[in-house]
Amino acid sequence: MRRFSNTILTGLPMLLWALSALADTDGVFDEYRAMFGDENPAIFVIDEGEELWLTAAGPKAVTLENCDLGLGPGVVEGAYAQLPRYFQDAQRVQDLESRLEYCMIHLQGRSAADIHARPYSLRGDLGTEMEALVAWIAEQSRGLPIAPGQAHVQERNAYALGESLFYYRAGPHDFSCATCHGQSGKRIRLQALPDLTGHDGAAEAYSSWPAYRISQGLVRTMGWRMRDCFRQQRMPELIMGSEASVALQTYLAVNAAGAAMAAPGLKR
Amino acid sequence: MKILTLTLTLFLLTHSAVAQDAADALRSSMADKNFVTLERIDRDALQELCSKPRTAAIDPEAAASIRQAALESVPEPGNADYLGDWARGEAIASNGRGLQYSDNPDQANGGNCYACHQLDPDELAYGTLGPSLAGYGARGQSPAMLQYTWAKLWNTHAYNVCSHMPRFGAAGILTEQQLRDVMAFLFAPESPVNRNLTP
Ligand code: HEC
Ligand code: HEC
Repeated sequence: MRRFSNTILTGLPMLLWALSALADTDGVFDEYRAMFGDENPAIFVIDEGEELWLTAAGPKAVTLENCDLGLGPGVVEGAYAQLPRYFQDAQRVQDLESRLEYCMIHLQGRSAADIHARPYSLRGDLGTEMEALVAWIAEQSRGLPIAPGQAHVQERNAYALGESLFYYRAGPHDFSCATCHGQSGKRIRLQALPDLTGHDGAAEAYSSWPAYRISQGLVRTMGWRMRDCFRQQRMPELIMGSEASVALQTYLAVNAAGAAMAAPGLKR
Repeated sequence: MKILTLTLTLFLLTHSAVAQDAADALRSSMADKNFVTLERIDRDALQELCSKPRTAAIDPEAAASIRQAALESVPEPGNADYLGDWARGEAIASNGRGLQYSDNPDQANGGNCYACHQLDPDELAYGTLGPSLAGYGARGQSPAMLQYTWAKLWNTHAYNVCSHMPRFGAAGILTEQQLRDVMAFLFAPESPVNRNLTP
């Protein structure tokens, strides 16, 4: 199965990407959804992610199979749902993206510069290694309750930092996350804006990322979502796996705690 | 303005342990991109005061001095001419680009009013973060109404401290001429904002 999907992998995203150019409006989104039904095109990216996990890479030419995502080396099932959390070896709170980076550096001997060169796709790309790994690992938590760590003091500090970042108003437009996501029932143009300060809005949003974005023909991660919302906020570029990225995801995950993971989602 | 900044700084110093962490965390978590630099992380006194949950109380004295300073800083448009070209104003209201690192800095910024407001009632793609402005011109065309709206667009905090609308004039998002055009889009009887109202 994996071999087979790997060969069609090269052609299919191209086709989906072409289709996606049409899908920028919500009406087309509904049609597209009807056409695919439960078939989320992320399935192909998931397969690729599993393959990448099992592929030897880096100067040390080893796989990621001994990477500890919080439940012990190599345990992938249920790992996403209990992130972000504090890792003793790294001495910091990590989301999946910073955790994968840690394993790529410490197990595979790769450089941070290499990993940060292009963690998220540009429009028109076919997807990155990070996106594929995240899609697969998140899928292995489907149906499990969101349960980020909050027992360690650093985990609670990450939540407090995430909360203050959520209300941090700056930049030429004076926006904070709360400007757009602080009330329920609001929308920007036609796009509905979840209230991320409460459980329901946070749960619906957090459980559905990473997600396949039809308008971009790509799987996008929650770290990318944070980066792109900071872009809309007129702020500089958010670094993947950075303290602020992890803190905001901790804030969202704790607000969403208890809800069942349903990623990869399907988005406009 | 100096004194205001000083009072606010003193006030905020006592409240800013986590806020300082937040700024530091952002500085180590972000990178310059195109023309957008880390300077954008720095906040002025107003931004710092308004970085609180919506439900949190704002110190009334700090709010009063912000409101006063905002009101005093609003310039009159040249020749007291508030109204430009509504058609150009419509284009500005529809344009959401400007000042993002993905935007072309050589192009004029948009006002993105439709992101948050209903304006032309026939335009269905409008946001709801702000109130509907459909039929705005019918609220009156008196000098007081023009002055209020001009000041509101220049610096919204002159009337509502910690409003979530951008300071289009004060922050240099739109030029005076662009603001006049947007004003005309709101007030001109021929503008779709006022023309397309269903009776
Ligand atoms: C200027 C408005 C704006 C600001 C400011 C903003 N966002 Fe968003 N955000 C959006 C829009 C619009 C969407 C929906 C995008 C879409 O549907 O394509 C969104 C989507 C999201 C989602 C995904 C929701 C879902 O259900 O899929 C999350 C999570 C999110 N934003 C978090 C944040 C965070 C955290 C911040 C602050 C760093 C922030 N946003 C700042 C406009 C904003
Ligand atoms: C990020 C969202 C946002 C954007 C963008 C925005 N506004 Fe607003 N605006 C608001 C909010 C929220 C209010 C109501 C709260 C307040 O008065 O500050 C408001 C209030 C107003 C009012 C006062 C309405 C009244 O009843 O007195 C006017 C006029 C107005 N906006 C015009 C505009 C125009 C013109 C633009 C584009 C140049 C614009 N706004 C862009 C959020 C926004």
